[in-house]
Amino acid sequence: MDNDRVDQIIDKYQGEASSLIQILLGIQTENHWLPKEALERVSEKLQVPLARIQHIATFYKAFSLVPKGRHEIHICVGTACHVRGATRVLDTVRDLTGIKPGETDLDLKFSLETVNCLGCCALGPVMEVDGKTHGKIAPGKTADVLKNFE
Amino acid sequence: MPRINSPSELEKLRQGILSDRDPEKPCITLCSGSACHATGSGDVAASIETEIEKQGLSAELDLRKTGCHGFCERGPIIVNHPEESCYFQIKPEDIPEIVSQAVKEKGIVERLLYTDLNTDEKIINESEIPFYKNQKRLVLGSNGSIDPKSIDDYLAIGGYSALEKALSQMTPEQVLEEVKKSNLRGRGGGGFPAGRKWEESRNAPGDIKYVIVNADEGDPGAYMDRSLLEGNPHSVLEGLMIGAYAIGSHEGYIYVRQEYPLAVENLTIALKLAEEYGFLGKNILGSNFNFNIIVHKGAGAFVCGESSALMTALEGRAGEPRPKYIHTAVKGVWDNPSVLNNVETWANVPLIINKGADWFTKIGTEKSKGTKIFSLVGKITNTGLVEVPMGITLRDIIFEIGGGIPGDKKFKAVQTGGPSGGCIPENLLDLEVGFDELSKAGSMMGSGGMIVMDEDTCMVDVARYFIDFLTDESCGKCVPCREGLRQMLKVLTNITEGKGNEGDIKLLEELSEVAKEASLCALGTSAPNPFLSTVRYFRNEYEAHIKEKRCPALSCKELITYHVDPDKCQACMICARKCPADAVDGDKKKIHIIDQEKCTKCGTCFEVCPSRFGAVNKISGESVPPPIAEEKRIITRKSKEK
Repeated sequence: MDNDRVDQIIDKYQGEASSLIQILLGIQTENHWLPKEALERVSEKLQVPLARIQHIATFYKAFSLVPKGRHEIHICVGTACHVRGATRVLDTVRDLTGIKPGETDLDLKFSLETVNCLGCCALGPVMEVDGKTHGKIAPGKTADVLKNFE
Repeated sequence: MPRINSPSELEKLRQGILSDRDPEKPCITLCSGSACHATGSGDVAASIETEIEKQGLSAELDLRKTGCHGFCERGPIIVNHPEESCYFQIKPEDIPEIVSQAVKEKGIVERLLYTDLNTDEKIINESEIPFYKNQKRLVLGSNGSIDPKSIDDYLAIGGYSALEKALSQMTPEQVLEEVKKSNLRGRGGGGFPAGRKWEESRNAPGDIKYVIVNADEGDPGAYMDRSLLEGNPHSVLEGLMIGAYAIGSHEGYIYVRQEYPLAVENLTIALKLAEEYGFLGKNILGSNFNFNIIVHKGAGAFVCGESSALMTALEGRAGEPRPKYIHTAVKGVWDNPSVLNNVETWANVPLIINKGADWFTKIGTEKSKGTKIFSLVGKITNTGLVEVPMGITLRDIIFEIGGGIPGDKKFKAVQTGGPSGGCIPENLLDLEVGFDELSKAGSMMGSGGMIVMDEDTCMVDVARYFIDFLTDESCGKCVPCREGLRQMLKVLTNITEGKGNEGDIKLLEELSEVAKEASLCALGTSAPNPFLSTVRYFRNEYEAHIKEKRCPALSCKELITYHVDPDKCQACMICARKCPADAVDGDKKKIHIIDQEKCTKCGTCFEVCPSRFGAVNKISGESVPPPIAEEKRIITRKSKEK
């Protein structure tokens, strides 16, 4: 992500230091992660210490300081999904991809995340891959879904 | 659209919208909330549009994409107006039939109607379906009839008339008195009287005051706030405007999770329209009242649902709470008086102003007035959002509205209040739902998550699950929460893995006491509740885990083994083929055996074994029978012997 684009996002929020979270969200949404250079640019433009930016970037769940894989797997571990067996789904996906929640594989193919509730509890347990919801997913069915991704 | 400058102009506009609308004109409403979207309502909408085009009906039939109807179990949902016949689990290929039979012929598509589970009777109207019949949908009711992206739809059902009434006929003091009289209590968790909060802010010194919508709905398994913001955003805005008028605020914030993209989208559209029509900005409806609203997207932190943490986040910092010996109503955002209420609380305000506090206080119990929206989820037949009057029993919600537990399983507990709440066992099911009643039972109202658990749910694991969640979400500012929860999690994890020791329960109780007494904010003080309530009602399960290394619910992975019963196995190969770990040894006509070394305990074999065989067992607390001898594994079918 180049500095011009970062500047545009900063300008959208009138460059106010109180909009720091909104600006970081803007970069995260567009770039899927927060590169060091972008954070330095934000720090410089808003006159906010880099340490404070890193505090925020590590405090909130939406931010990632490392690049994400091509495909993002979200496994809902909300309470409703939990009582319907989400842990077993998660364990199977971990075995299949070889990564833990919060990690990305070395080929940058998959990133695995757990989410606390996707709010489609009627479909639990739920796995979401690249925004597409796979409802009532049994551990045994996860392999069929994941094999379609390159 | 020219700005509306006075109450009379608003009424004229409303009459204009109504006279342009023919209530007899056929209209299909389609649930387009996030949950139905996940089940494919987007494709259904496209299919309806194509069909309208194909049959040349664009002048005769309207399609309205509404918010969540609540009955998520059966989504996507279509209601055909004006007949109000209601169809469930619609797929794109059902549309031609619905359009030609139900709309054009004014008939009924019987196969898509709701079938009563007890009587097998087909039910045509939504209001007759048990799920809806026993609810009181005051706040959620309009969700199913308006397009959230259209302000005209909201005006057509009387929208913004409460704002008009407040601004033109009431003084701010009168509005405040009405809300105080209604005894509206906060729907976000604590149940603090909204009127008292408002009054405190109104009387607090300072010219700049803020009103805030807390839409940082973080409880796992709860999504009613999202549903309201997605389905009826103007009702929340209207409530916020009225609150601002009452306390003398000119700036409002909506703190909404960025994980709710549709809610953010609909909210942004609603704000834009409200501004265009003149419900926001300067001199609203000619009353000299000025007000603006800013949307702040939350970046994902459960603790930001706490008022002081949320306000810190609004200031652009990491959302950590602060001690509240001075209320946020007096010193909140940038140290200015700030009133923060939950989405549902704000949405109740227009109703109270329109219909009066006397009407509102007629609903509910002595101390809890009005209705409450719950998200009824987990091991329940009818998953969905339900709105019920306070004072209804848990039994009525779970069995009358929710349709009970699926699959002939036995009810075990219902968890309310999210991670800060607790589990309520079967013998307390006749408890009346209210803020104080639930607290007395060791749980709380919370924001309205209601997770039903059956005999297969392990209560120790549930406690571990919530403490795990809270350990992860603890902001780390105070020690009792940060360190105490971490220790509790360690002990609970050990118990669920069969490594529990005598004295663990006592240790957990001590840790709970400290966290409850000494934590900085409500996240920490209420964090031990999931443990305390489960140990209070299900102590025997804890003891079975610790003393017998047995999980009575057969749920804790480390304490169970899967075993194929050689007497029941029909050697059908289904489990062997489906096993992701290749742990099932067997062949056609050769009884299957699970290789315990390879087994990852994912439970696939248990789920896929045909129920007429039921050959896969879960064993806990006893040793696995040795595999049967090789020569006994061959099955000779009786039919073939003849």
